[in-house]
Amino acid sequence: MKLRVQRLITPQSIALVAVLVFNWVLFPGFFSVEWKDGRLFGSLIDVLNRGAPVAILAIGMTAVIATKGVDLSVGAVMAIAGAVAATSVEGGLSVWAAVPLALVAGLACGLWNGVLVAVLDIQPIIATLVIMVAGRGIAQLITQGFIVTFTDPALIYIGTGSFAGLPMTVLIAAALLIVTTLLVRRTALGLLIEAVGVNRSAARFAGISALSLLLLVYVFSGFCAAIAGVIVAADIHGADANNAGLWLELDAILAVVIGGTSLLGGRFSIPMSVLGALIIQAMNTGILVSGFPPEFNLIVKAGIIIAILILQSPVASRLFKRA
Amino acid sequence: MNILKKLALGAGMAALLATTAMADGMVVGFSQIGSESGWRAAETSVTKQEAEKRGIDLKFADAQQKQENQIKAIRGFIAQGVDAILVAPVVATGWDEVLGEAKDAKIPVILLDRGIDGSPDLYLTSVASDQVHEGAVAAGWLVQAVGDKPCNVVELEGTVGSSPAINRKKGFDDEIAKHANFKITRSQTGDFTRSKGKEVMEGFIKAEDGGKSICAVYAHSDDMMVGAIQAMKDAGLKPGTDILTVSIDAVPDLFTAMAAGEANATVELTPNMAGPAFEALAAFKKDGTLPAKAIITESKLYTQKDDPAGEASRRKSLGY
Amino acid sequence: MEPVLQGRGLGKVFGAHQALQGVEIDLFPGEVHALLGENGAGKSTLIKILTGAYQPDAGTVVLEGAEVAFRDPLQAQAAGIGTVYQEVNLVPNLSVAENLYLGHQPGRWGFLNKRAMHDGAREVLATYGLEIDVRAELGSFSVAVQQIVAIARAVKLSGKVLVLDEPTASLDRAEVERLFDVVRRLKDRGLAVVFITHFLDQVFAIADRVTVLRNGKLVSTQAISGLSRTDVVRMMLGKDVVFAHAPAMTEAAEAGPALATFAGVGKKGSVQPFDLTLHQGEVVGVAGLLGSGRTEMARLMFGVDSADTGSISMGQPLTLRSPRQAVAAGMGFCPEDRKVDGIFGELSVRENIVIALQAKLGWFKALSRDEQDDIAGRFAEALDIRAANHDMPVRLLSGGNQQKVILARWLAIDPKLLILDEPTRGIDVGAHAEIVRTINSLREDGLALLVISSELDEVVAYSSRVVVMRDRAMVAELKGAEISPQVIVQAIAAQEGAAP
Repeated sequence: MKLRVQRLITPQSIALVAVLVFNWVLFPGFFSVEWKDGRLFGSLIDVLNRGAPVAILAIGMTAVIATKGVDLSVGAVMAIAGAVAATSVEGGLSVWAAVPLALVAGLACGLWNGVLVAVLDIQPIIATLVIMVAGRGIAQLITQGFIVTFTDPALIYIGTGSFAGLPMTVLIAAALLIVTTLLVRRTALGLLIEAVGVNRSAARFAGISALSLLLLVYVFSGFCAAIAGVIVAADIHGADANNAGLWLELDAILAVVIGGTSLLGGRFSIPMSVLGALIIQAMNTGILVSGFPPEFNLIVKAGIIIAILILQSPVASRLFKRA
Repeated sequence: MNILKKLALGAGMAALLATTAMADGMVVGFSQIGSESGWRAAETSVTKQEAEKRGIDLKFADAQQKQENQIKAIRGFIAQGVDAILVAPVVATGWDEVLGEAKDAKIPVILLDRGIDGSPDLYLTSVASDQVHEGAVAAGWLVQAVGDKPCNVVELEGTVGSSPAINRKKGFDDEIAKHANFKITRSQTGDFTRSKGKEVMEGFIKAEDGGKSICAVYAHSDDMMVGAIQAMKDAGLKPGTDILTVSIDAVPDLFTAMAAGEANATVELTPNMAGPAFEALAAFKKDGTLPAKAIITESKLYTQKDDPAGEASRRKSLGY
Repeated sequence: MEPVLQGRGLGKVFGAHQALQGVEIDLFPGEVHALLGENGAGKSTLIKILTGAYQPDAGTVVLEGAEVAFRDPLQAQAAGIGTVYQEVNLVPNLSVAENLYLGHQPGRWGFLNKRAMHDGAREVLATYGLEIDVRAELGSFSVAVQQIVAIARAVKLSGKVLVLDEPTASLDRAEVERLFDVVRRLKDRGLAVVFITHFLDQVFAIADRVTVLRNGKLVSTQAISGLSRTDVVRMMLGKDVVFAHAPAMTEAAEAGPALATFAGVGKKGSVQPFDLTLHQGEVVGVAGLLGSGRTEMARLMFGVDSADTGSISMGQPLTLRSPRQAVAAGMGFCPEDRKVDGIFGELSVRENIVIALQAKLGWFKALSRDEQDDIAGRFAEALDIRAANHDMPVRLLSGGNQQKVILARWLAIDPKLLILDEPTRGIDVGAHAEIVRTINSLREDGLALLVISSELDEVVAYSSRVVVMRDRAMVAELKGAEISPQVIVQAIAAQEGAAP
């Protein structure tokens, strides 16, 4: 039991607690959670709810980064998926058709990235840049340049509804986290992905099919991005092709890095990446409730990120051990 | 004088004769930035409508957010010998050369919606809204609607550092400062987007005692307000009743909210920049009347009394 | 004659580990002094103290009779002690001349005198018997040439003592000869050369004296002329290792049934079509120089490269487009370049051992942690893999132990055919002997093995057949009594120059 508690004390969890406490100092009501209209209501819930899209992106991004890759397209894929879902329900499809269609769009984008990286052997940063750049254009074509607003209650429920008092978004993210973690750790996928990330050539020599694993992780990342895209569209009752998921690929990468997965591939932890996403969102929410002038937003954020990254740098961890 | 110059002069004379002959059969080139927002799309379709109304042959070029495309388009218009050029410049700098060429070709240029850093000699006039005034109109409505009661206002700002965000804040804040019963308690950026508007408003509601101490919300754009309205509804508040709303732009989705009683007022950023431009152009072509260097469009206020449902559908057809 | 450089009672401690203790060494002008020892014997610690990279905890360094204390290698270099490492640490995309003069360019008032630099470089390299275009990028030349340029630079800047740290590890036979020629010239010029290597042949070919270290202590310093190979190995290991050739056993085993047949397998620009049949319980040795096509042949056999002619069968016909298919058919392959193609440095010893079996089982038949521990434990014990625990990253192990981990990885899939490409390269003598023993015992267990090696003694010791590669083709197959180093050398060298 003692060992378990120790395992929970990581630079990431310390950082999250520190940010939350900091928020509490700036805004004493930060930890108060109340029951309102059959759901939990409070800043902590906001952190979970608003953090969910980036957390979902980070789940997919972790797998990609573990293979020594990166997926820059996730923000644009979010816009595409949101556009597909919104235009489909507005076009008269039921949510049971619209959402799967959006997810298929995400899978297709992921497959495209996977083929460029795994089959054509294009560097991931370049390969995924293609959809990062073109994806918003595709989304705009789908929405014909409008913000497609919808009123379908079932679709809106995905973004703003709640179940057992918790926001749907949080439940979706949590379910994805649990399923994915079990999938990579209870099967051999986790080990094989790490092997490909550590040394792709050696993986080939050891009889690992790096190609299908790479396809898998990019398709999965596209799938996660599509889920996040549907959530974000459902949240604002509309698909905003210009702004949905804008720059969120960078937040997702940051979440993964804060979570301790190296951009050089190899060892990865999906729960840690989700923790990273929550740290980022705790900062964002903290800034909103603190009342800082908006001009300081980015500086405050940068300062905290630097502090976290220093905290988990090799130099700092050596100091920790000595202490 | 060499033959080429003679020929060029001849062509110019012929063009001049042609235009005077049929004053309202003008050919006008329009270099549009792109279609990055609903308002931009509406501006394009209103410009086309206004041209059609006046029997003007509009040559339209979409620059897809790139200045070099705009420069190419303008050179093309000059080569075609159009009667006038409308430009919505994507950036403020780098126009001296190409507008100089238009000036040499004696083609008047009118700037729409945004200004440039350069000599005023390079263009005939510019048509734009007064962003500071927009903020002041929004504040004026709020002051009049609230009266003498104390009122805490929260503000959703545009993208930090952008000129609409700076100006719309200044106009509103300055006007509000004149009234002691008003206080701006919170101000944060919502990046002009729905989702950030919603997220920021959620934070404000938490920070302001579940929204109970908020009297009104002011947003620099309707899109952010649409998000904020959702945040208020999600928190069990009644926007438009519990919390007053005023924002800027007049996009259809805000009129839809207004029709449902969930929004109170919006200040129009008119997509009709071309109308005043064509008026000025016609006067200039007719007897050389020089317009003012800056034509300010009207910042019209819309409230729930102004047939919001009708406005919503009318505007949707414009391409918002 | 006075020694140019002396170490007196040198000691060095890292944490609780006594890396070096009371070591004495004398280096005389005009001698080649080999420094030998297993991995961890203290060779590199000693060298780092002599060249200023480490400061000793005990003892002194004496240069030309005066005590010295170098702060860093630059200071040692300025005092006359230069070092060249296995990996050439020059700038590959600068020219040869620029590399020679980097930091000391001829010129005046900050202007570079290119002509003087090029002439100077040409002159310097000529003294090493090297005539190349000094304006070309260093990286465009072979490792051997780069090595010589590195030596020339080190000698130019220092000039009294030259330390060569495993300079021959990545060179082929002809290149080694060329390097030795350079070393002999330096010796004649009166330099003291310290030579560190794993190759005993080379020690006997070039060294005048040899110093052997074991476990951080000096075993002995002796003139090479009075020593046999067995003497040196005994000093290094403190025990006898025997590469016993057991022809009776190997010949008997040849009767095993055919396991895999490669008929006319070849690939354009890589290897000409070859025929090879491997039987159960036999070791086929592959001899040939670097670039002879020996590695390319193994890559075709394992599906790393796809053959464009020929057919393969292992009981049934096989099409090999990837190693995955070869593994499925029961093959394993220990590649030549362990770091690049073999180990997963960041993964644990346990994971490195189970990875091929796991890949073979597929994504969804995961080995449980207990199964993994069991497999890793079993094979680590069988191969005597020395690791503090099986959860430590494999990159922290020595080269020999890493090689054993890769062997364990393949044994875990219970293979029928194992291909080993240079399994003993760059590993210490003890591990070397163990791997040779393992090869023999695997053969006894009925496996077929194909072993590529540059060490002819080794090939002779364990092979029941030897195929010889030359110019990207299989040129000879030796059996039984034909197998001897002399015959193999002749086969490799035959018609040299007559080939097109």
